[in-house]
Amino acid sequence: MTVWRALGGRGYLGSAWPWRATAFLVSGALLGAVVLVVLVSGAVVGGALAVVLLGLPLLVLTALTGIPVAAVERRRLRLAGVDRVPAGQHRVPGRPGLASWLTTRLREAATWRELAYAVLLGLVLWPLDALAVLAAVGLPLSMAAAPVLVAADGEAKVVKLFVVDSAPAACAVAALGLALLAAGAYVLGAVAGVRAELARALLGAKDGDSERVTELVRSRARLVDAFEAERRRIERDLHDGAQQRLVALTMTLGLARLDAPPGPLADQLAKAHGQAGQALAELRELIHGIHPKVLADYGLRAALADAADRSPVPVDLELDLPGRLPGPVETAAYFAVCEALANVARHSGASRAGVRGGHADGRLVLQVRDDGRGGADPEGGSGLTGLADRVSVLDGTLSLSSPPGGPTLLRVEIPCRPTDPNAPCA
Amino acid sequence: MPADRPERPLRVVLAEDSVLLREGLVGVLTRFGHEVVAAVGDAEALVAAVAAHAPDIVVTDVRMPPGFQDEGLHAAVRLRRERPGLPVLVLSQYVQRAYAGELLDSGDGTGVGYLLKDRVGQVEQFVDALDEVASGGTVVDPEVVRQLLRRRRDPLARLSPREREVLALVAEGRSNGAIARALVVSEAAVGKHIGSILTKLDLPPADGTHRRVLAVLAFLRA
Repeated sequence: MTVWRALGGRGYLGSAWPWRATAFLVSGALLGAVVLVVLVSGAVVGGALAVVLLGLPLLVLTALTGIPVAAVERRRLRLAGVDRVPAGQHRVPGRPGLASWLTTRLREAATWRELAYAVLLGLVLWPLDALAVLAAVGLPLSMAAAPVLVAADGEAKVVKLFVVDSAPAACAVAALGLALLAAGAYVLGAVAGVRAELARALLGAKDGDSERVTELVRSRARLVDAFEAERRRIERDLHDGAQQRLVALTMTLGLARLDAPPGPLADQLAKAHGQAGQALAELRELIHGIHPKVLADYGLRAALADAADRSPVPVDLELDLPGRLPGPVETAAYFAVCEALANVARHSGASRAGVRGGHADGRLVLQVRDDGRGGADPEGGSGLTGLADRVSVLDGTLSLSSPPGGPTLLRVEIPCRPTDPNAPCA
Repeated sequence: MPADRPERPLRVVLAEDSVLLREGLVGVLTRFGHEVVAAVGDAEALVAAVAAHAPDIVVTDVRMPPGFQDEGLHAAVRLRRERPGLPVLVLSQYVQRAYAGELLDSGDGTGVGYLLKDRVGQVEQFVDALDEVASGGTVVDPEVVRQLLRRRRDPLARLSPREREVLALVAEGRSNGAIARALVVSEAAVGKHIGSILTKLDLPPADGTHRRVLAVLAFLRA
């Protein structure tokens, strides 16, 4: 519910909305005054010191003022009933570190747009906020105070325009003041509404952008779904087709060996039998890699225990998971951990690895740590970048810390809810 | 080379949804003198067939219609709950501790087997495992055993490498004699190793042929 809608409804005066509108405008005036001081002093001092280069960082800092101001404004908008203004399109810096953060900020339009808003707030908006509050609250209140003033001083100057000195007149002025106060409450609501709309229009993500972003995310999610379905289909085709035929073949060959008289034929049969067995073992590994059945049947915990079993490097497993998590989450998390364990075995030289994790506060968090030599480079064409994409489709993050000398730590975080908290966790 | 006639012919109920494999399995079992009293294609029919025929042993696939999840395994677990002591040999396409664990936890862990389907091709090994399970033994696929051996954790950490080797062979359902032959040691040495394994796994002497099974279970759960 916004202040606008509240204005149209009944019982506006008795509700919290006039108070909220006042609080919105008063806090806006205070914030604007502070912003004005910061901007002016930053610009003046920074500009004066720019000659000796000391001022340049200060100027840069001043240019960034818009970012915290915008953040405060977005939160403050809730007072006016405008919930969840999507933050502007600040990009995530490509690398960690202050320098990268600064260049990203200074290069993007959102930073300058927010600075422009801060300047607007400091120069134009806050005096208007203050004026609105004074006119709509201060004026009626001073009129309402007339009888008190008359009783105390014998006369009261109303709005510095005319003098009242009799009790009846003072009472009439006071009544008028109260009526004006009621009208003022509506004025405040309207001003706060306009002000909030303006802030939202200037600070919110542009509609076109946000629509395109959702559409993009949706289509990526669809793609991942399609990819998963295809994986399952391939797994099933292999399982129900090629694998069954190979088993039948080894069975036939096994029986044939029993009945073959010793000699070259028996030797050939033994060889064929051995090869068929090997093909079967390879096929089994292949199918497992495509989509492990245990993940679908028993969930993430069992599948990770299985992955730990398979790892050539000993793995300590510490998991605190609820029953089951949504399928795409389990799949993405499982493959991320598998890839990490495979990298540990291939590149890290580690003697031990640990998988820890759990589900808390609506997030699945998994960490894979090893005691190897570190220095893993996610840019180096590792399978992790692809997995990061998959995790990001689920609004999750995959991060890697691997300083030279180790230890390497991979962290997967995916927001999700357990699908069935009562389901047994095998 | 073949020991064609078993010590006792078994009456087998077989559940496998692939017709190709079902026929193949019937062929192998018949070849070794066992009788397949029913060969069915889904878990429902398996339960019905066991009720109708009261077989000596059940051989079932894990994944079966209609859901192609682990219906066969669950049917096996259910059957063992209803008929304690019914020997069940489960064939799986996967090396999976979770599946094996669930099966072995049903009943007291005797008379169960968990084999990879690949093993069916080694027809003699397969039929040996069948006999072992039918006579109350526990058989775990060597591939599962191999995976478990990679994880050196308590209580197995206390075992010497040789003892682990012996325990792995016990898990595969081999007798002391067979283990002795495989490791090229005397049967008495095998007995000694097993005694020490049981002590280290806190399985004190009881009237216990089942202690071997308990050791295998400890091994699986480690």
